[in-house]
Amino acid sequence: MSRFKDNSSKGTPAISTASLPDIIFMLLFFFMVTTVMREVDLLVKITLPEASETTKLEDKALVDYIYIGTPQAKALGSEPLMQLNDQFAKLDEIAGWVKAGEDRREEVLIPKITRSLKVDKETNMKIVTDVKQELRKSNALKINYSTAQAR
Amino acid sequence: MLKKRKREGIQEINAGSMADIAFLLLIFFLVTTTMDTDAGILRLLPPVVEEEVDMQVNKRDVYEVLINDADMLLVEGEMMDIKDLRAGAKEFMTNPTNDIDLPERRRVTAAECNQKIGEYRSYVAGASDAEAKDGYQKALEKWEEKLEAVKLLGDFSELPPNAVISLQTGSKTSYDMYVRVQNELEAGIRELRDDLSKEKFGRKYSELDEKKDEDKALIKAVRLVYPQRVSEAEPVDVTKKS
Repeated sequence: MSRFKDNSSKGTPAISTASLPDIIFMLLFFFMVTTVMREVDLLVKITLPEASETTKLEDKALVDYIYIGTPQAKALGSEPLMQLNDQFAKLDEIAGWVKAGEDRREEVLIPKITRSLKVDKETNMKIVTDVKQELRKSNALKINYSTAQAR
Repeated sequence: MLKKRKREGIQEINAGSMADIAFLLLIFFLVTTTMDTDAGILRLLPPVVEEEVDMQVNKRDVYEVLINDADMLLVEGEMMDIKDLRAGAKEFMTNPTNDIDLPERRRVTAAECNQKIGEYRSYVAGASDAEAKDGYQKALEKWEEKLEAVKLLGDFSELPPNAVISLQTGSKTSYDMYVRVQNELEAGIRELRDDLSKEKFGRKYSELDEKKDEDKALIKAVRLVYPQRVSEAEPVDVTKKS
């Protein structure tokens, strides 16, 4: 008993770690809230082209992605394919996809939706131009050519 | 006293490991979080036009950039290296020597803006049907915007409304080349805006903050002088063009 008493009167008392869980929990909640879990499984190989004059897309919730590139599975050939959500899609499916994206959001936000084209840099312009034409037809006019930051 | 309590009630659960559990969860979320935001070149596609409109566009108002299937550039009918494109786009936008092959920039003065605003105000008031009124209202707003810009920048010269950088590609052009060309054009315009903003406001255009109200007007004014005019026009098969 006496030993304990000595200790407390001599040196500085140990810092209480009782609040440590609270601090950690706070950090935990922060990351839980900011985490976006649903990352699409890429079915195509994409190396983004580099550009220096880029704009950041601020609001992730208002961005829909179109992926174009050669399929990862070798059996599907080496022609570039388009991926919407989690599967390969044909050009005429874009209209429905745009509609679905708009239905998911509030009406006032619809004009603010950006369609971000994540296209492999080796792709020919043909498919990109076709996709752009489809987007125009569905009145999805705000697009973004996704790029990697050039150094 | 302590001993007595132990015997009576239930023992308190040790909360010492709580921090460890929380740490574990925290590390899991740290690893799974993707913080990176997507960046890229933003473009607006033109809406689909119902019927073919035969627009009379002056040749000097169009800066024609063609990329062929072999990723070579043809600008205004001449072969060009991509590193000269930025300067070319800037020259097109500014027309410093008043070249007759480049768009004619027109001076905008406060007096003219005021006069036009007055005119259109009376048109709007006197318009009989809604459609005409709408048209006048739009024109009025345009002139009001110009007046705002004149207040901030002083008299400036504006690009003709139909001046455009037209970018066309072949079907086998690589996307990489396309993005590089877009990037150069974007860079040209950004440099012009930066220079203007630096000269007038002492800050670069890219340093202006869109979220601040006082900067908003400045951005608008600079954009009016050097508008973003890269056309994502109807695809034309470049290879078939002679």
